[in-house]
Amino acid sequence: MSYFTADNLETAHEIISRYPRKKSALIPLLHLAQEQEGWVADDAMRQIAELTDTTPAEVKGTGSFYEMFKFHPVGTYMINVCTNLACQLLGGEELLAHAEEALGIKAGGTTADGMFTIEDVECIAACTEAPCLQVNYRYKLRLTTDDLDQLIDDIRNGRATDIPEHGTLGLVRQHIPAGAGAGIVAPEQATERPVWLARNDTADEGGEA
Amino acid sequence: MPTHDYVPHAPGYVDNDGPKIVTSRFVHEDSHTLERYEATNGYDGLRRALDRTPADVHEEVRDAVVLGRGGAGFPAGVKWGFMPPGKFPYYLVVNGDESEPGTYKDRLLMERDPHQLIEGCLITCYALGLSQCFLYVRGEMPAAQENLAQALNEAYAKGYVGKNIMGTEFSVDITLTWGAGAYIVGEETALIESLEGNRGMPRLKPPFFPAAIGLYGQPTIVNNVETLSNLPWLLVNGAEQYKAFGSEASPGSRMVAVSGHVNRPGVYEIEQGVTTFRDLLYGDNFCRGIRNDNELKMFVPGGGSAPWFFPEQLDLPLEGRTVGAEGSMLGSGAIMVMDETTDAVKAALRLVRFYARESCGKCTPCREGTTWEERILQRILDGEGRPSDIDKLLDIADNISPGPYPVAADPSQGLDAVPFPPKQTTICPLGPSSVAPITSTIRRFRHEYEAKITKRDSIPVMAAPMSSDPVEVG
Repeated sequence: MSYFTADNLETAHEIISRYPRKKSALIPLLHLAQEQEGWVADDAMRQIAELTDTTPAEVKGTGSFYEMFKFHPVGTYMINVCTNLACQLLGGEELLAHAEEALGIKAGGTTADGMFTIEDVECIAACTEAPCLQVNYRYKLRLTTDDLDQLIDDIRNGRATDIPEHGTLGLVRQHIPAGAGAGIVAPEQATERPVWLARNDTADEGGEA
Repeated sequence: MPTHDYVPHAPGYVDNDGPKIVTSRFVHEDSHTLERYEATNGYDGLRRALDRTPADVHEEVRDAVVLGRGGAGFPAGVKWGFMPPGKFPYYLVVNGDESEPGTYKDRLLMERDPHQLIEGCLITCYALGLSQCFLYVRGEMPAAQENLAQALNEAYAKGYVGKNIMGTEFSVDITLTWGAGAYIVGEETALIESLEGNRGMPRLKPPFFPAAIGLYGQPTIVNNVETLSNLPWLLVNGAEQYKAFGSEASPGSRMVAVSGHVNRPGVYEIEQGVTTFRDLLYGDNFCRGIRNDNELKMFVPGGGSAPWFFPEQLDLPLEGRTVGAEGSMLGSGAIMVMDETTDAVKAALRLVRFYARESCGKCTPCREGTTWEERILQRILDGEGRPSDIDKLLDIADNISPGPYPVAADPSQGLDAVPFPPKQTTICPLGPSSVAPITSTIRRFRHEYEAKITKRDSIPVMAAPMSSDPVEVG
């Protein structure tokens, strides 16, 4: 039985088709699995292994290296508070402590209702807007503790419509229309030089400066 | 004074009077769309490139001395020349895995001007005969992924990417791909491993750099987002105009992110090699001084991995070689400013903790060393430090990075600068980077460490870490 939904399976095949080696699609496919369920289940990894001609152990082996993949259910809303230097200088740690107190959990924990997970994360590349955090990787910048309370309240009451559930990254996917692509180029398939480099030959004759 | 200031749709970016080579469209709310891009010289650089021979385009980039903006600052045109001839196919991998503490500019470039990056990729593929391009975006940046996907879809539909680009025989696909949270993947060989579907652990180099043996064992050019974003402007305006900005060794502009205790933190496009740190931190056009008129205590001049600078270094220009000789690096253009209220030990610990968490675990000196550095700094901060701890920290540091570590000069103690880069016993520079905050602060603020350290030389047995659970004895 397929773990991926029919739509996602089609997307998975499309993603794989853009790499010369199927295994290169491993990380994007793990993201797709996480988008489907909010976390990466064992069955998902089994199917990814089939799709990419690898083993489930290889899939887990690669996936477990990367912080974003969760191999157990996490909150629908993941609050990642940055405490790296630039944020620390302007109250990142206090913001994290406030989040922990407001939700009654420690960083790494999930609320009993499965609504929130808090993480203490490294630099999220919005340093001039410190202190900052991401909710499901959507930025919230220059946050006060009051802003954070408001944000939590908005999420609880369904007002945070700009934030999709955990696992969903970009809302637009790359799609190459049939016939428009140049095609993938695998190492074994292309030993000739690309055709346009022939333009250099004529230039050599002309005595290029 | 001009009203130039923050731009609401590009949070953090400050529009000022400097050169605008890569940020020219940021003022437009729709800067990420093909419509705006085409209305503002979009794809003209590629058009001009296609009117010339590939070798000629390479020459133009070499002439302009486009320094890599990812961290190492190596000239792109020279790097491009390292591929072994005839070993096709060649690949292009774009490093958009921006995660260096304090750094962000690539994220803005990807979110706000994705077509500019795509055009830069195409110019590179054309010039070097690269057969496929992989655009690797950091996992935690969905807005960048989304805008790039949208831009690629638009560009494919218009024939700017893919088969027979602009009606010529030049054909190349750009595959958008993305990571999943690992700082080390920003190292080019780790990025290639990740792109091959593996754990992001760096490969041993030298002898073989990616230009010789890279993705799938083929010659591969790995370039940073900002580096490639310079190319469309360069192809339209030419190397001479490019070199009219900046200094001879560091032409053009670069983006810097200034964060921390300044009045107007922000991302600025500045002239390389001309603007000084003092201009940047205190200038009206830039950060407008330290908050509350406090004294500047120290600043990180080039991302978390750079040795720290102090007020004596303020008059240095942001110029790679100069800063390197003075004991640090410009790195990724991230400047983190700390005023007199900052606890040097605490700040150092925070960066060291980053390296301990992000060490991939491949090399022992880094895996074990960064962990011990963090533990020792934590206990010093907690008032549990031992008198031997300062020497121990320096000893661990010496295991990761042997010999004198790069530091800024300290005229008050009569100490000279040790030039960049550090030596390393590890495969990649992550481990050695963890040493920067330690040596920078111990040399300068040893008294702060000593004040925190208790007089005990060893921890008595009774003071073993407390556990909340009662311990069964016997």
